Amino acid sequence: MAEPKAAAGQPPAAAPSSSLPRWVRPLLRQLASVAVTLLGLMALAFFIGRMLPLDPVIAIVGEQAEKETYDMVYRQLGLDRPLWQQFLFFIRDMLSGDFGNALFTGNRVADDLKRVFPATIELATFAIMIGVGIGVPVGVLAAVYRDSPLDHSVRFIGLLGYSSPTFWLGLMGLIVFYAWLDLVGGPGRLDVSYIDMVEPVTGLLTVDALLVGEYDVFWNTLSHMILPGTILGYSSMAYISRMTRSFMLEQLGQEYVTAARVKGQSKWRVVWRHAFRNILVQLITVIALAYAFLLEGAVLTETVFAWPGFGRYLTSGILAGDMNAVLACVLIIGVIFVALNLLSDLLYRLLDPRTK
Amino acid sequence: MSDNSSTLRGWLRAEVTTSPRHAALQRFYFGWLRLKGNPLALFGLSVLLFLIVVAILAPVIAPVGFNDQSLTRRLLPPSAEHWFGTDELGRDVFSRIVWGSRITLYISCLVAIIAAPVGLAVGTTAGYFGGWTDTVLMRVNDIFLSFPGLILALAFVAALGPGIENAVIAIALTAWPPIARLARAETLTVRSSDYIAAVRIQGASPARIILKHIVPMCIPSVVVRITLNMAGIILTAAGLGFLGLGAQPPLPEWGAMLSTGRQSMLQAWWLAAIPGLAILTTSLAFNLFGDGLRDVLDPRSE
Repeated sequence: MAEPKAAAGQPPAAAPSSSLPRWVRPLLRQLASVAVTLLGLMALAFFIGRMLPLDPVIAIVGEQAEKETYDMVYRQLGLDRPLWQQFLFFIRDMLSGDFGNALFTGNRVADDLKRVFPATIELATFAIMIGVGIGVPVGVLAAVYRDSPLDHSVRFIGLLGYSSPTFWLGLMGLIVFYAWLDLVGGPGRLDVSYIDMVEPVTGLLTVDALLVGEYDVFWNTLSHMILPGTILGYSSMAYISRMTRSFMLEQLGQEYVTAARVKGQSKWRVVWRHAFRNILVQLITVIALAYAFLLEGAVLTETVFAWPGFGRYLTSGILAGDMNAVLACVLIIGVIFVALNLLSDLLYRLLDPRTK
Repeated sequence: MSDNSSTLRGWLRAEVTTSPRHAALQRFYFGWLRLKGNPLALFGLSVLLFLIVVAILAPVIAPVGFNDQSLTRRLLPPSAEHWFGTDELGRDVFSRIVWGSRITLYISCLVAIIAAPVGLAVGTTAGYFGGWTDTVLMRVNDIFLSFPGLILALAFVAALGPGIENAVIAIALTAWPPIARLARAETLTVRSSDYIAAVRIQGASPARIILKHIVPMCIPSVVVRITLNMAGIILTAAGLGFLGLGAQPPLPEWGAMLSTGRQSMLQAWWLAAIPGLAILTTSLAFNLFGDGLRDVLDPRSE
């Protein structure tokens, strides 16, 4: 977060010296706008925190606290200061990664997040592998065989993916594949007997298990991950295949494709080596966005599968009325979204020769 | 033409319209003809109409009230008597689904009624005035758009407290930004056209120009967007209900039904399957109908 701050410090209207490359100015402007957006995110989070009907002091000291204790905590929290000062303190805390204590776990929010985040990253990475691995080839095929039965069924399956509540798919998956067929692991990340067998190094259980050679643990955690991961991946598959299809259609309609075919190149060579290459940059931005949206889907999927990740932490925080935890989670998701958007924009600029 | 104009169809197809109302009706008729050629969109529309009828006639259709318990008849599987089975308190699931359609429609209509005018107002104002107004309004818009809908709604519900009304407010707060962005884009395309300049020269105030001459141009695309977003709105509302943050039990909101049915779902699969199917059908219908509507009202896209 240091980089955007630095950009905000510079006057955005500063005339670029002629020695700067041409892409510097739009870059600076973009960084400045990211900084403003981040500031706005924090203002929004601060505002949401203010709306809370709960008294934050009572949340800490309890209902029966003495008047002096109450006043002391009131001052410690800075609640006696003017609102703008409170906002500045809030920004300072957030920028230094100090999200306060989570009352419902008793830990510091930052420590909690470090613990729960890897579980979500692992799940989301599994899901995006499914989304990309199936969504991209299927989207290309749908574009090549436009208006064929294949194209229509891809579109319909995608539409179902958009329209299904992911938490419901999770519940049905548990009933069918866990309770009835007993093919996959149930809720949680591991069977009870495997818990704590592997020391967390990266926090990604599959990686940790492989590092120390505990293959049983690896297969067990994989069997727990396959259902939530697939269901989570389904929605991103729907999105990725739809976008791939429309990007490919745009390319396949162009004259260079006809020219390459006339030159005698095979159909599939033209599709993969010519057309597909041209959509790669656009595709990367779509995948980045899909990955970010997996975090949203994770909130509900993790609740269904008792997956001890970020989403479940957020919902438990909300149910416990713990504003520190909630605001930290919301801010982090906002920052991830802004960062991924910025990243895909930069990639676009760097990789796509047409934007130069 | 004159031989045709006596029939209604001929009047609707007339090449020269005689009044603004005639023109509007004609546009509606041609739109309907195009929609009729799209079976999926028609299917979506009929599901939605069916849902509305069910919601209106809920007291007639539902065999019993949504909270009529009968503890001796708990967790019965679907049968001729209880089409969708009974739940852990012996309540008839079919009746609860029927009553629940009211809640779903209530939430989605209310969100649309709040979000569409707000989005239209912000978007057209930003687009028409440009400059600083535009920068500030669109910056605010970007901030809202930088959160995924469900997360932002969760944050607002956390602050406002659970309940249907708060869920509606929270979802509406997340639903207006895409509409504002769309309305702004539409405004930018008509802002410098001659008819706007003509109205301005006649002395119309900015408010009048926006309300009477720009907003109507934005309405078709906004309607399409709202219809397509409705699917997401319903999923978000159900998600909030499922997390226990939307409609509260014993209200038969479909998401909340899933959340209570979850405890006994391994013995009683219908408690999980039926409400989810109801949510899926509704959101699929909105998606199908919205797709068809887009082809009719907004032929430019796709």
